[in-house]
Amino acid sequence: MRDEQNQTARNFVEQVVALAPALAGPRADGLDRFAKAGLPSTRAEAWKFTNLRGLDKLTLGPAPDAATVTVDAIPTALDTPAPRLVFVAGQYRADLSRVGDLPDGVVLTALTGETAPVAGDGPFRALNSALSSHGAALRVAAGVKLTSPVELVFIAATAGDKAALWNPRIIIEIADGAEATVVEHHVGANAGTYISNVVADVSVGIGARLHHYKLQAEGLDAWHLANVSTHLAQDAVYDTFVLNLGARLARHEARQVLDGTGIEARVSGAYAITGNQVSDITTLIDHAKPHCTSREVVKGVIDGAARAVFQGKIVVRPDAQKTDGYQLNRALLLSESAEINSKPELEIYADDVKCSHGATAGELDEDQMFYLRARGISRDAARVLLIGAFLDEALDEIIDETVRAHFRAQAEAWMGAR
Amino acid sequence: MSLIEIKNLHATVDGKAILKGVDLTINAGEVHAIMGPNGAGKSTLSYVLAGREGYEITEGSVTFDGQDLLSMEIEERAAAGLFLAFQYPVEIPGVSNTTFLKEALNAIRKTRGETPLDAMQFLKLIRAKAKDLSMNDEMIKRAVNVGFSGGEKKRNEALQMAVLQPKLAILDETDSGLDIDALKIVAEGVNRLRGPERGMLVITHYQRLLDYIVPDVVHVLANGRIVKSGGKELALELEAKGYAEFGVTEAA
Repeated sequence: MRDEQNQTARNFVEQVVALAPALAGPRADGLDRFAKAGLPSTRAEAWKFTNLRGLDKLTLGPAPDAATVTVDAIPTALDTPAPRLVFVAGQYRADLSRVGDLPDGVVLTALTGETAPVAGDGPFRALNSALSSHGAALRVAAGVKLTSPVELVFIAATAGDKAALWNPRIIIEIADGAEATVVEHHVGANAGTYISNVVADVSVGIGARLHHYKLQAEGLDAWHLANVSTHLAQDAVYDTFVLNLGARLARHEARQVLDGTGIEARVSGAYAITGNQVSDITTLIDHAKPHCTSREVVKGVIDGAARAVFQGKIVVRPDAQKTDGYQLNRALLLSESAEINSKPELEIYADDVKCSHGATAGELDEDQMFYLRARGISRDAARVLLIGAFLDEALDEIIDETVRAHFRAQAEAWMGAR
Repeated sequence: MSLIEIKNLHATVDGKAILKGVDLTINAGEVHAIMGPNGAGKSTLSYVLAGREGYEITEGSVTFDGQDLLSMEIEERAAAGLFLAFQYPVEIPGVSNTTFLKEALNAIRKTRGETPLDAMQFLKLIRAKAKDLSMNDEMIKRAVNVGFSGGEKKRNEALQMAVLQPKLAILDETDSGLDIDALKIVAEGVNRLRGPERGMLVITHYQRLLDYIVPDVVHVLANGRIVKSGGKELALELEAKGYAEFGVTEAA
């Protein structure tokens, strides 16, 4: 039995290796590490609730040539045109991108070809190291405040019935005292089966600020695996939010290291899923230095037979006195078969800290439903109002008002469509 | 013509009989009061009329404005003009009073075939009604009943009533948790709505509220039935004598 499992577990990995181009150096190492590690099984603690077995059932094939794909609409979370890089089926499309006049000290570039390999743990980082050929880099020099947000748009496209795999790389470097806003879109409305394996490496310098938002609206047959690693320096402010709406299975794994005093990290998210979708938000907030604040609000709505996973780990290192940590995780279950697996984890090694966390799961409140309906509001409209109010508590964490309004509209569209 | 006609209404909760044959008719223009001891079925009657789930109607009928009320959905009853002012108004975090009332009013207008009010028209209306109840802008913008005192919650119920203009208003223990000043404000709000085409059913344990909302008819509900009806003087009598003569004893 075990052999049989291992046998099937090689399937995805073997196909990836077979399809990979000839690699050398660190890329070859990456592929080697990926092949050796294989897909994580649910026996691994970090993957206990998220089963990747389905990947082994896929037949992989090449992604279509992006140049041949017609793109009807490019999503945005902004009211006015902003600099953007657009990727189709994992490949950069200069013709759809808009770099425009960026202020001095701001470099926004598409990474193509030999994207710098990444180090780091985990099979999917290794895979990205090996195969990433397109990506985006935003570098903002010290003291420069980029007023217009930058959008990174990943539009899925597939050809035929084989599953395509792409490995976008995102690099964001905000130097000391600088400020920027980045909005990622991952969309694939009518695309078929594909795997988007995203790796983002983020650094925010001393006293710098980064607003980093992500909308994940992949196609419903897609696998979205994202791994974000963020390094924060003294007095940095990092405001990040992920909205998971799409994909058959989405895992957003974000690790932030608070490596200086006076840092404010806001790491929040929301999801709305139905059918057989899986949304996994796994975060690590690592308080390495004293006098930092972290705040995490993750809320989601689960309908149908969908399943959500929240794993939120907060580590407070021995030096990190006066840490102020707050974590809230709430799920709203709209059906009998909806499921949430929530694992808050606090590891505190300092003695003078304030850390609180809470996790709840529940259904729509019957008293509230009755009250709204008793005033003439239909059952459906009452549900939309209550679900919207529920998600708002998370969406309100988004500091940028325009992005917040757009994300809310996305969530409302989800409610309207279900 | 009778606005609501309740005939031989029986209702159970979890298999336990609470209403055991209620008969009550209210005509347009009339204010009726139902008094009774705790556990008599007063709140059950109001919830059954509003359509709350969890109550089983085992016998009887309710005709509201010519329609079979018991076959209607909760929101259909509201659209038909039935309004329940809650004893314990529900808090709804994240939904503002204005959003809530605008949704409610426009849903009801839509059912009546009227055009919905736009944001400006609605704001003008709600401000005027709120002013009558000494409610400021801040109160109407806050999340529904969240952080409201007992008195503010009841004023908020009166505001909703004033905006929705129901045909029949059922006031369930509206006086509970109110000090005398708040009681007066709410009662004035209710009295403003009295009119020849509108009926009211005031459910209360104490006579006090009826000093301010003076009823045309007073009923005594005990053990799931209306056991006595009379004029407004009946309320005073009950206040003096208690409910002992109806086979109920309780500490005042």
